Amino acid sequence: MENAALARPSGVAPAIELRGICKSFGPVRANHDISLSIAPGTVHGIVGENGAGKSTLMSILYGFYRADAGEIRIHGQRTAIPNSQAAIRAGIGMVHQHFMLVHNFTVLENVVLGAEDGPLLAPALANARSLLTRLSEEYELSVDPDAIIENLSVGHQQRVEILKALFRQADILILDEPTGVLTPAEAKHLFRILRNLRDEGKCIILITHKLQEILQVTDTVSVMRQGEMTATVKTKDTSADKLAQMMVGRKVLLRVDKTQSNPGDIVLETRKLCVIDAHDVPRLKNVSLSVRRGEILGIAGVAGNGQTELLAAIGGMTPASGEIHIKGQKIRLSGSGADPRVRRQLGIAHVPEDRHRHALVMEFHAWENMVLGYHNHRSFRRGSWFMNTFVIRTDSMERMRSFDVRPLLPETIARSFSGGNQQKIVLAREFSRSPDLLIVGQPTRGVDIGAIEFIHQRIVDLRDAGVAVLLVSVELDEILSLADRVAVMFDGSIIGERDIKDTDENELGLLMAGIAGGPA
Amino acid sequence: MTAIPRWADVILVPLLSLLLAFLLSGLVVLWIGENPLTALFIIVKGSVGSPYGWGYTLYYTTNFVFTGLAVAVAFHAKMFNIGGEGQATLGGLGAALVCLAVEWPHWLLAFPAAVIAAALFGAAWAAVPAYLQARRGSHIVITTIMFNFIAFALLVYLLVHVMKPPGQMAPESRPFPPGAHLPTAHEMLAWIGIPFSKSPPLNVSFLLALVACVLVWLLIWRTRLGYEIRAFGHSETAAVYAGISPVRIIMLSMLISGGLAGLMAVNTVAGEAERLLIDSVQGAGFVGIAVALMGRSHPIGVLCAAFLFGILYQGGAELEFEMPAVNREMIVVIQALVILFAGALDNMVRLPVERLFAMVRREAS
Amino acid sequence: MATVGPHLHFIKQGARLTPRSKHEGTGRELTMKTPQILTAILATAGFISGAAFAEPALIYDMGGKFDKSFNESAYTGAERFKAATGSGYREIELQSQAQREQAIRRFAEAGNNPVVMTGFAFGSALAKVAPEFPDTKFVIIDMVVDEPNVQSIVFKEHEGSFLVGYLAAETSESDVIGFVGGMDIPLIRRFACGYVQGAKAANPDVQVIQNMTGNEPTAWNDPVKGSELTKAQVAAGADVVYHAAGGTGVGVLQAAADAGILGIGVDANQNHLHPGAVLTSMIKRVDVAVEEAFTQGSNIEPGITVLGLAQDGVGYALDENNQSLISDDMQATIENLREQIIGGDIRVHDYVSDGSCPVS
Repeated sequence: MENAALARPSGVAPAIELRGICKSFGPVRANHDISLSIAPGTVHGIVGENGAGKSTLMSILYGFYRADAGEIRIHGQRTAIPNSQAAIRAGIGMVHQHFMLVHNFTVLENVVLGAEDGPLLAPALANARSLLTRLSEEYELSVDPDAIIENLSVGHQQRVEILKALFRQADILILDEPTGVLTPAEAKHLFRILRNLRDEGKCIILITHKLQEILQVTDTVSVMRQGEMTATVKTKDTSADKLAQMMVGRKVLLRVDKTQSNPGDIVLETRKLCVIDAHDVPRLKNVSLSVRRGEILGIAGVAGNGQTELLAAIGGMTPASGEIHIKGQKIRLSGSGADPRVRRQLGIAHVPEDRHRHALVMEFHAWENMVLGYHNHRSFRRGSWFMNTFVIRTDSMERMRSFDVRPLLPETIARSFSGGNQQKIVLAREFSRSPDLLIVGQPTRGVDIGAIEFIHQRIVDLRDAGVAVLLVSVELDEILSLADRVAVMFDGSIIGERDIKDTDENELGLLMAGIAGGPA
Repeated sequence: MTAIPRWADVILVPLLSLLLAFLLSGLVVLWIGENPLTALFIIVKGSVGSPYGWGYTLYYTTNFVFTGLAVAVAFHAKMFNIGGEGQATLGGLGAALVCLAVEWPHWLLAFPAAVIAAALFGAAWAAVPAYLQARRGSHIVITTIMFNFIAFALLVYLLVHVMKPPGQMAPESRPFPPGAHLPTAHEMLAWIGIPFSKSPPLNVSFLLALVACVLVWLLIWRTRLGYEIRAFGHSETAAVYAGISPVRIIMLSMLISGGLAGLMAVNTVAGEAERLLIDSVQGAGFVGIAVALMGRSHPIGVLCAAFLFGILYQGGAELEFEMPAVNREMIVVIQALVILFAGALDNMVRLPVERLFAMVRREAS
Repeated sequence: MATVGPHLHFIKQGARLTPRSKHEGTGRELTMKTPQILTAILATAGFISGAAFAEPALIYDMGGKFDKSFNESAYTGAERFKAATGSGYREIELQSQAQREQAIRRFAEAGNNPVVMTGFAFGSALAKVAPEFPDTKFVIIDMVVDEPNVQSIVFKEHEGSFLVGYLAAETSESDVIGFVGGMDIPLIRRFACGYVQGAKAANPDVQVIQNMTGNEPTAWNDPVKGSELTKAQVAAGADVVYHAAGGTGVGVLQAAADAGILGIGVDANQNHLHPGAVLTSMIKRVDVAVEEAFTQGSNIEPGITVLGLAQDGVGYALDENNQSLISDDMQATIENLREQIIGGDIRVHDYVSDGSCPVS
């Protein structure tokens, strides 16, 4: 909207200015014509869905990627940033989502690492010690310089990352999802630090998808969607629901021929389902939901709010607590018998969110992928040891044909297919075993328009055939056009559930932003 | 999407690696004042220039086929089995114990028994590192290397204190009974009337190696287990999604790998020495790594690479006989160079080749 | 002076052949080999076409050709043969234990005759291969292989060791002397037992500390461990240390010289390694055995040859490097002992004969 006009106070060159940045990975446009200008002494937020292009943009700024086109100006100077050293020289510091710290080094050693400034360690260490003392007073950045990293809390580790950047004299600080790993108290402390830094004239870029944080701490905010920067506004002029709408946006509306649903028996029911990840962080909190035959339950929400864990728990890929009932029967959630093989036998078909990591073996031929998870099925065996490759090949050919996979060559390596056709292979495999329950995540992510329509239609067809469908998508469009009911997930819980006829994208956007009980 | 065509991956890259290794070896030979071309001539003539040479070359090839297949099978499950040396050592112990246990009436009985024992002992030796990897996450590279040392120490102890006949000085077991003598190439070819040099220890184990190639091919590309091993090797996450148990795959692939490594000792212990020696593996466990890498973990590739290393070993031995200035340390240097280039430095050749292909493609489009 | 005479002769002749330092030795080795390239190429062609060269061949054991001891002594003999007759010989150093059979076969196959191998460890391999080549003569040193085409050469190491043991005990001021063996086998026990007998004959109260380097063939080539064992013996009071440990012994003699005590060499004359710090060397005339076998060529008589003091097969070395360490009186005493052993007046017990040693 009003891009360059945000520089404050006027007359001072912006701390950082981007002009027409473009970056593509093959056919995917990760960043398209991005322009942005941020004044010194500003906290600037960048919000957007996963895959909207935030990380790519920051990687360009920090020298991990090179932009295909466009220019970067630092304090008015046009600056090339071919690598991270150049970024550091230009005064850019980055605090990554996953800290880049040496765990068995002390705070001081980590701060100095890579900036020793000569063969001897002692001068740099002494220098860093005095700086650390000064910074901890100025910015509430207190950390014991002699503590070993692995003994520090996550919040303190993050402070060390910030100190590292400041030690390298950064005056532009980029923080990538900084609060993802913090407790609320730690997050509050972080925000105080950021404000202090801003008051010192530093420029801070905060990448997040938590809208409340943006409202709390930033001065200006940009919204990214599908590789483009759709808006840049002053924070005080906007609100969470406006931001949510801008983030989710509204694509070309895809209409699916869909009749009124005719729900039957309950197929899937979860009761107080909880998942705790490897770092003891609760990812799924007391999720209770049910899906009936012949209906599609859509799970909406900004990515990273527990949808992945929900699918994994139902699909048997992660241990969970609570209860899952399939067709009225309680199933095991951990230990032996709680694996995907058993879930398949129970009639659950699973189209995972990340087909590259989970749904496909990318180096396998299409026909081999066509039986992944079903390779022990009796019809694919020859004797007790061998696979009946002939049957598998002909069967694959048939399924690929019915899902219009192109090229129609079962011998092709999965990696060689386009995203849409890869997804069709997965769907062909999972749809064709007459499941009772289909759980499907991001069915059309990275899929071209034509294929999207095809896939949507198939999902609806499956519903009409009496299958219960649990659909997870971050595309609100997709939920709106496919689901019969919608549940919105926020921070590991279901924050609200609506019948699709009784809601609209505004209400869902608010729910996705974590604002429950908005205008119903 | 693949960076280079398959033929380049399978043939061009190994060939270039080999060429580089030979070039460097040639410089080494030149440096010590010998003619590299003469050296090459001796290597080729000595390895494939006579029935005697062929016999020894194929004898060494047999060793490397087994250890190469062992590494390859584990590699399909993304397990880097560095422990072929130790597993083969134990395999040799198993074969020896079986051969010594009974006064075997005929090799047709002794051979299968030795094969089974060698495979079981080798597999058992791989089982512990496999279990530690599967259940405890201890890195398989570290544990298998450690187990090589343990295996060697165990063998020395057994030979010196238990298996050595009283009064004998050399740490060797007593000779196997005559009934455990495996037919050599000379004897086998004589059955069908073909004369062959009687010196080389090439024996029936070579045929077993060929059978093993076929069986491994069937295992990897035709069985459900092989499918699961490959799926796990390519993508652990996808394998878990498919309901494949990582623990089961790690255990089974390592057991098979260890068993194959163990079989190698049938060739050297039961086939050649006909007694248990202290060093019957002869470094074949490590060569197997280079063989598997060079053979792209495919049985046919492994067979070809093993043959190449067989040539290198027999030719190297000939070089030592024929060119006294090239002493045993030099031979090791040359062999090590080939292993280094074929195995560890694969990417050094691959990257330029990939760049070249990318360039050619850009020109063409 | 009967013993000393031939030894001095050997030393004068061998001085050229025995490298003073490793580098010097290697350099000389290379230049000397250059004219052999042609021969080698010709031999290859000859081997391929199956033509037999009656050149003798020599196989060194794992310790390596330049172990300054057993194998090097064999090398010295072979070189002497070459210098004397002008004809060549073939040789190889083993790369691994498992290549023994291949090495023997390779030379027999190529028509080399006789094929000489140094070391007991060849025993089983030779017993297997010899019958396959009835027309080839084999010579094995330090081991008896009972085949019709094998000449086995063994030494009465206990006799020579008796003499150096006597010398050690007489020289020692602490009345503690040491012995470091290579691989713990009866052959080396034979050295040790003779040594102890000699020492006890000189001084019944002398204490002999005995250590073996290891149980496996690598014990022949572990100078670091040899050095450590020697240091431990020095710490226990030993002031003369005798080794029978092949390449390991280099470390023994080095450690002895470093500690300011005396070492005793073995197999070859090792007095020159640390002049003044090596009391003497128990010479085992492997060189003579090899030279003799090469000279006799394919006509060598199969059977067992036992070389003791009487045949000058073993002895002790006296040269300008250790002259100051051994007085004329002492030399006379040792000579006397030597005569008595030859004459049968002193019987030195052979450990191998019954697997035990009467003294320790």
